[in-house]
Amino acid sequence: MRWEARVLVRLKAGVLDPQGAATRSALESLGFSGVEEVRVGKLVELAFQAPNREEAELRLAQMCHKLLANPVIEVFEYALDAGREGSGCGLA
Amino acid sequence: MSKQAAWEAVGLTEEEYERCRRLLGREPNHLELGMFGLMWSEHCSYKTSKVHLRKLPTAGPRVLQGPGENAGVIDLGEDLALVFKIESHNHPSAIEPFQGAATGVGGILRDVFAMGAYPIAILDSLRFGEPDGRSRYLLGGVVAGIGWYGNCFGCPTVGGEVYFEPAYAGNPLVNAMCLGLVRHEEIIRGRAEGPGNPVLLVGAPTGRDGIHGASLLASREFDEQAEERRPSVQVGDPFRGKLLLEACLEARATGLLVGVNDLGAAGLASACSETASRAGTGMEIDLDRVSRREPGMSAYEVMLSESQERMLLVVKPGGEDVVAGIFARWGLEAAVIGRVTSDGIIRVREAGKVVAEVPARALTGEAPTYMRPEHEPAYLTATRSFAPERLPDLEPAESGRILRQLLAAGNLSSREWIWRQYDHLVGANTVLRPGSDAAVLRVKGRPLGIAVSVDGNGRYCYLDPRQGGALAVAEAARNVAVSGARPVALTNCLNFGNPERPEIMWQFREVVEGMAEACQVLGTPVTGGNVSFYNETLGENIYPTPVVGMVGLLEDIALATAQGFRAAGDHIVLLGLTGNDLGGSEYLKLVHGVVGGLPPHLDLEEERRVQELCLEAIGAGLIRSAHDCSDGGLAVALLESAFTAAPGAHGFEVDLACVPARKAVLRRDCLLFGETPSRIVLTVRPQHLEALLKLARRHRVAASRLGEVRQARVTMRHGDDFWVDEPTAELEAVWRGALACTAEGTA
Amino acid sequence: MRFGIVVFPGSNCERDCYHVVDAVLDSPVRYLWHADADLSGVDCVILPGGFSYGDYLRPGAIARFARIMRAVEEHAARGGLVLGICNGFQILLEAGLLPGAMLRNRSLKFQCQDVFVRVETADTAFTSMCRPGQILRLPIKHGDGNYHADPRDLAARAKVVFRYCDADGRVVPEANPNGSMDGIAGLANLAGNVVGLMPHPEVCAEPELGGTDGLVLLASALRYWEER
Repeated sequence: MRWEARVLVRLKAGVLDPQGAATRSALESLGFSGVEEVRVGKLVELAFQAPNREEAELRLAQMCHKLLANPVIEVFEYALDAGREGSGCGLA
Repeated sequence: MSKQAAWEAVGLTEEEYERCRRLLGREPNHLELGMFGLMWSEHCSYKTSKVHLRKLPTAGPRVLQGPGENAGVIDLGEDLALVFKIESHNHPSAIEPFQGAATGVGGILRDVFAMGAYPIAILDSLRFGEPDGRSRYLLGGVVAGIGWYGNCFGCPTVGGEVYFEPAYAGNPLVNAMCLGLVRHEEIIRGRAEGPGNPVLLVGAPTGRDGIHGASLLASREFDEQAEERRPSVQVGDPFRGKLLLEACLEARATGLLVGVNDLGAAGLASACSETASRAGTGMEIDLDRVSRREPGMSAYEVMLSESQERMLLVVKPGGEDVVAGIFARWGLEAAVIGRVTSDGIIRVREAGKVVAEVPARALTGEAPTYMRPEHEPAYLTATRSFAPERLPDLEPAESGRILRQLLAAGNLSSREWIWRQYDHLVGANTVLRPGSDAAVLRVKGRPLGIAVSVDGNGRYCYLDPRQGGALAVAEAARNVAVSGARPVALTNCLNFGNPERPEIMWQFREVVEGMAEACQVLGTPVTGGNVSFYNETLGENIYPTPVVGMVGLLEDIALATAQGFRAAGDHIVLLGLTGNDLGGSEYLKLVHGVVGGLPPHLDLEEERRVQELCLEAIGAGLIRSAHDCSDGGLAVALLESAFTAAPGAHGFEVDLACVPARKAVLRRDCLLFGETPSRIVLTVRPQHLEALLKLARRHRVAASRLGEVRQARVTMRHGDDFWVDEPTAELEAVWRGALACTAEGTA
Repeated sequence: MRFGIVVFPGSNCERDCYHVVDAVLDSPVRYLWHADADLSGVDCVILPGGFSYGDYLRPGAIARFARIMRAVEEHAARGGLVLGICNGFQILLEAGLLPGAMLRNRSLKFQCQDVFVRVETADTAFTSMCRPGQILRLPIKHGDGNYHADPRDLAARAKVVFRYCDADGRVVPEANPNGSMDGIAGLANLAGNVVGLMPHPEVCAEPELGGTDGLVLLASALRYWEER
């Protein structure tokens, strides 16, 4: 059966995020004062086949550990849903 | 849709619609009309510029391929050749600067490796409005996009130029040039030879990118709706571009390729008709075999898609599997989509039915040509009548302050903030890096060197298009010559406003004729290039801006000469006469707020003699450094040589009273900041001074020792009158930091 | 000693590395295809710079799973020489052959410029001809060279080989081009046979390109191999 997942990959707390820092100062200069912190991460959307939720969750966790996130600098979290057959990623 | 709406939707006029009906002998269907619309667009057909471009000299002893192919080719001796071309990507960059500039670089790279060449260098010529607000955003996006594509692809960006003028605020210019190396026998042309030969579409799958994108955008004026056309801008993939290069060159090495053409503007429609038309053949293609990125694409969309990173290959019979295997190994699609025919017709099938049937020549050679009306622009009366000599001359006490103002100016400050974002070293050929007059590349395994520079001063062309066109060629040649290379050929990108306005057409013709004359005298034929019209936003036209990409050759790479001073104690010599030339100068614009007068006087014969002298002196081993004297005049040229000097040579002392003068009395502002062309600042070891001056007399070129290189202090005096006298470091900090501050908004 | 240069899709410095080993060092060299299973008997593997797999996801993240990387890991474990340059260094980090990870440059921009680096140890295959404290001028060209690691992990698994410094050898913030932790420009595993660095020695090994400081890395490897 088809599963759809959203994986959110973020830099670990404490790891310097130059992109976040630049975005924060850009927001400041646009007049959005009081922005205390900005962290930039990435969202990975995927659709895949797995026989049941347990298996799907296991495979997803492996994908995250092995490739989608680098444990040295990143953490991840995900949301997993049963998807519709034949749809696109359907996550937008 | 009414018939009128149909032809207007593809950018044709009623007369043009009638013309394609006559050529077909029937009404064109929707797809055929779309193909005509794109192929007959200004961008693809050169229908307006053709009659004038014929005036440019295109032949020369080294020219192996002139205009009309994917790129020009010159002979480098023995079995080597150099492929090069410049192209604009102005309109896409105005809408989406990052992707617009990136795909501009991708497109010119493909033009070069379509010829079978390995790309060895990229240069970029950029124009923006004054760098604030949106222009600053455009600058950042364009530079990042160029860097992203070139850096990832692995072709070094070795040079370029950038100007900031209000005239480009609504319509920035992004011109990209690429050079590549190829052996003579490996040159491939964009020709669909050999009826029966299979035709392959390789590279990325086809999506809905840029339908009516580059070509129509570049063939119409810009207006407020331009933003809404954003989805029609293509997205680049430099990674796939690099794979395409590797696979194409590997396929070439099999000897199975008959012809290769890039897919750029007007996509398949253009690649099929151009290759067939050049070879006098036809082509049958089956759209069902075209690999697609998205479902439900119509024949119209597949034929006209401008998806990037694709190539059309014509292969020897039976070679298709080997070639497809090579592309598969590089992870790329390769599908046989049709074959070459002998009937001269482009025949397109979908689901077994013929959906378009058009003579290839009708799409290419039979495009209309126009001799558009022209008229001298009215503004010239005012700009010509401005007499800079009536302005008060510079007070010597003000020299230091004004010098700082110029060094911090967008058009004169260091460009390091830009070229540091470009990998200018990959390829291991870069002998002279960005920041000198020309970039110089070695050719591995040969003594040979290649110098290249892009130049074009739009302000000069605005004030006198004919003179400006000649000055662009002269300066590009001079930049190459001071680097030790003999200028041999050029490619040009002609950026203009709306040619349907007689004033723009007048500018265009004048610029082309000025360039043609300079090319003749300097012996540098044009091997190809690109015309970009309709650079106009809401009625505001850009300055007429020809950009010249000049290529020069060094017989011995050891002669490569940089602009930076080499050692304290070397003598500084100025070649060429200085006149009272303030018209069109940076000084006039910055200090007096005037864009007016006439651009500096250029004597082409004198220019040629100065360059010959410089080349002979470099060849004789007399010269330590050489720098063209141009924007910002003598003072800025001397300072640039000091700022880019070897350690221990970061200063100089000169006596401006020694400057050879064209007029009996030179104004102080002209001495320091006047932009008289045909001048070069050289340095020589003391023991070589006499030999250089003697050589200058033989070449009938004015030459005078102005002073010498010092360690860390800048002294410019006139006799005993000290105009500037201060530590180099303070001036250098102004020059080096200005663009970064402006670009990053930290000023 | 036989050199092998791995070609990943998107590598773009493989020809430059090949040229230096072949034409300057005059040593035997061949390309190794990313999808191949073995190293064809090479003694020193170079993972060249470039943008393997477009640097998509993270630099080096996809390349580390290329088939040839298993052979490279085994080669390294056997004491074979491995040099990762720029993207090659990033691949070594992603593969866990060296500790840590790369973040985007502090400036968020690609930086191409000459830098000075200080040799921190001569006790590696690629610095055996250097002396500790020696200063090299080498070019960098990267967008993701901002090194980050857990300090304990770093100390337990690697030694620092190069640090960004000024012309006088001082490791100061002004001389750090990308924000890299402790000015780290290059690392070695504890055995010293695997080295990764961000600067590009291959475009700095011939006088006509403006410097020869890069040559010492490969010359060191040659000597190290002869004396092993």
